[in-house]
Amino acid sequence: MFGAGGGTSSYREIEETDLIIMWGSNAREAHPIFFHHVLKGVRNGARMFVIDPRRTSTARWADVWLGIDVGSDIALANAVGREIIHQDLQNREFIDEATEGFDNYAAGVEEYTLERAEEITGVPAEAVERLAHEYAKAETAQLCWTLGITEHHNATDNVLALINLALLTGHVGRYGSGVIPLRGQNNVQGGGDMGALPNKLPGFQDVEDDEKRAKFEAVWGAEVPPKAGKHISLMHEAMDEGDLTALYIIGENPLQSEADSTEMRRRLTNLDFLVVQDIFLTPTAELADVVLPAAGWGETEGTFTSSERRVQRVRRAVDPPGEAQDDIAILSAVARAMGHPWVTPTAEEAWDEMRQLSPLHGGMTYARLEELGGLQWPCPDVDHPGTLFLHGRLWERPISGRRAPFHVVEDDPPVDTLTEEFPIRLTTGRRLDSFNTGVQSGRYSSPRRIPGVLDLSPEDGVSLGVSEGDRVTVTSRRGSLQAPVRFDRSLRPGLAFMSVHFPDDVDVNVLTIDAWDPKSGTAEFKATAIRVEPLVSV
Amino acid sequence: MTMTEREMSTITAQVNGEVVTVPEGSTILEACRRVGLDLPTLCYGPTMSAANACRVCVVELEGSRALVPSCSRKLEEGMEIRTGTERAEHSRRLVLELLGSASELDRSGDQLDSWIEDAGAEPSRFGPKAATVATAPKIEDDLYVRDYGRCILCYRCVDACGVEHQNTFAIAVAGRGFEAHISTEFDVALPDSACVYCGNCIAVCPTGALVGKVEFDMRENDTWDESRQDVTRTVCSYCGVGCNLDLHTQDEKIVKVTSPHDHDVTLGNLCIKGRFGQSYVSSGRDG
Repeated sequence: MFGAGGGTSSYREIEETDLIIMWGSNAREAHPIFFHHVLKGVRNGARMFVIDPRRTSTARWADVWLGIDVGSDIALANAVGREIIHQDLQNREFIDEATEGFDNYAAGVEEYTLERAEEITGVPAEAVERLAHEYAKAETAQLCWTLGITEHHNATDNVLALINLALLTGHVGRYGSGVIPLRGQNNVQGGGDMGALPNKLPGFQDVEDDEKRAKFEAVWGAEVPPKAGKHISLMHEAMDEGDLTALYIIGENPLQSEADSTEMRRRLTNLDFLVVQDIFLTPTAELADVVLPAAGWGETEGTFTSSERRVQRVRRAVDPPGEAQDDIAILSAVARAMGHPWVTPTAEEAWDEMRQLSPLHGGMTYARLEELGGLQWPCPDVDHPGTLFLHGRLWERPISGRRAPFHVVEDDPPVDTLTEEFPIRLTTGRRLDSFNTGVQSGRYSSPRRIPGVLDLSPEDGVSLGVSEGDRVTVTSRRGSLQAPVRFDRSLRPGLAFMSVHFPDDVDVNVLTIDAWDPKSGTAEFKATAIRVEPLVSV
Repeated sequence: MTMTEREMSTITAQVNGEVVTVPEGSTILEACRRVGLDLPTLCYGPTMSAANACRVCVVELEGSRALVPSCSRKLEEGMEIRTGTERAEHSRRLVLELLGSASELDRSGDQLDSWIEDAGAEPSRFGPKAATVATAPKIEDDLYVRDYGRCILCYRCVDACGVEHQNTFAIAVAGRGFEAHISTEFDVALPDSACVYCGNCIAVCPTGALVGKVEFDMRENDTWDESRQDVTRTVCSYCGVGCNLDLHTQDEKIVKVTSPHDHDVTLGNLCIKGRFGQSYVSSGRDG
């Protein structure tokens, strides 16, 4: 947000805040230890609103659950914004001094009345009103979200709609008030920090900024391409158009993790050359021309960055098996094979080079990370204690740096529309004991494991004439699969849920749509239109 | 933060005649530790409110009829505390003897052994007819074992599962008197209970009554050998919360995962994936 991409707040702040909003986040299951901090906040008297199509185990702790229809988040957020403005509850001082674009925003949300919001989102107008009033009036408030906001074709707009609310109320840049995108994977924050984004160099420095690029070129002794690269959805397009014919995949299983897996298989098999570097021979790796066995977690040294921007050391506990090597060693060997005289650096040497180049990380020596149990960026020099929360500058008068912009965003329903032929909304997600495509979590025996099933509301079960355990055919506009039915009372009629954890048994991404957000490249995993048919037993 | 500390009022008292000044709200135990006295504790955990159950940490307080539990009693201005007096030692010795005669304490760590020795406690002196809580270990899944023959009813597991940490409330104390024991709702097997297998009860159990299945099996087979184990501090491989893990390895295999109690993200707590889901590291890389 406003530059560097990371959660603004520290976990400890949510223990002391007055209002907690979990929007499209089932942290009780997906981020269980973060939720411990949330529960401390609740026990300290914070009120909690949960916005989720499902009445999740997170929602069960809420004062108010807003059971929103999938993909209508912008309509809800805009209605909250309009209500705040109409009741004159916005933080005028903050808006005047620290933001820009308020008038356009106010005009943009004008048509999102409470009644219209109820119509679009399915959330009762009174609940929307209550959320608006409580958020605006709270002394401090934390707004958290996860993939329920970002796995949509308009992911970036969804995020902007939420950030608008924080700007409207001044709930950012102060201790206890902030916006937190909870990170789903151990180092997805760190990957972004390190420039594993098509348009950024380490420390969120723009690759198209000549000055920034020159700084890197001087240290690297090589030219950096002056144009932003392609994010994953653009790569898919380039593969379809035949412009991208060779792919080097490190630590990803896109055959099973990407939306519309039938299309994905076609793309991967059409490539001239596929290299996969992974810790397991995943189904994606099975398609590869060359597989490079990598050392995995627990076998390598380095750092991870958490959802509170805290960089912490990761260490080797056991030796990698067989011929597996550190990613750094493999990449250096590939460079040497291409004729570059790279010496394989240690993780710390690579890190120290990066520290010279990224002001956010300048002061984070391994010795300090060790001594202090991690440091939160920005940490520009070795005397800097790290940063508890971001954007405090917005409360300086006059503010330093640029104003935080409002963005006008419009309701834009899911691409995969519900029709008579495809009447049920399928959404996907995680369960407590499992993780993504199950490559790691499938290898321990969990008494809580729920295998690949289709979760339906009991009401839909009755109207379809199926009982729990019955196998059904699930069909979307892209594909079809069979799965047993499980009833889940957290679902409302018309809403179905599948986890993403068992692609070998029930490949949910046969069904999902690869409509994607043009700004972030994220696909719309959360909104698929399906029909469910009982399997006629033979 | 330093401002707050500076403004915080302090309490001055005496421990064994030595003057000690601590922040208001400190316990007698904390005051004792401030002067370098480390009293034995069983039910007390630094990340939790005092359960006040075991009475191992009692001290004498001038003017108080009864011995007071140092882990929970707050220090007050002018208090005179005496530790290691004959009365306090006698009480501790008896408590350790009663606990040791009723429960198996041989997996409670070296510290407990030395407390028993220091107190001169003889748990066997009640003879073979002394009542015990002996019961077969409950082995109901591949993740952890409830070996309640080692339970001293310190309540730490109940508190960790409940309001202190996890807020799952899968276990509670059932029964009364000597029949009191830790139980799931209606005493159902763990997989049928509300348990979410975070193992945060294991993390606070002082006697090894709650233990990971891998450790339990290795101990039963006599292959558990902490002298051959390394502990490596790292960050969990699953979600992005950044929980610190201590990987306990023996013979190049992860045999136990814990989280440091002084780590402010976890306070020693983890979820099922963090505590039990790392076995893929040692598993065969056959795809």
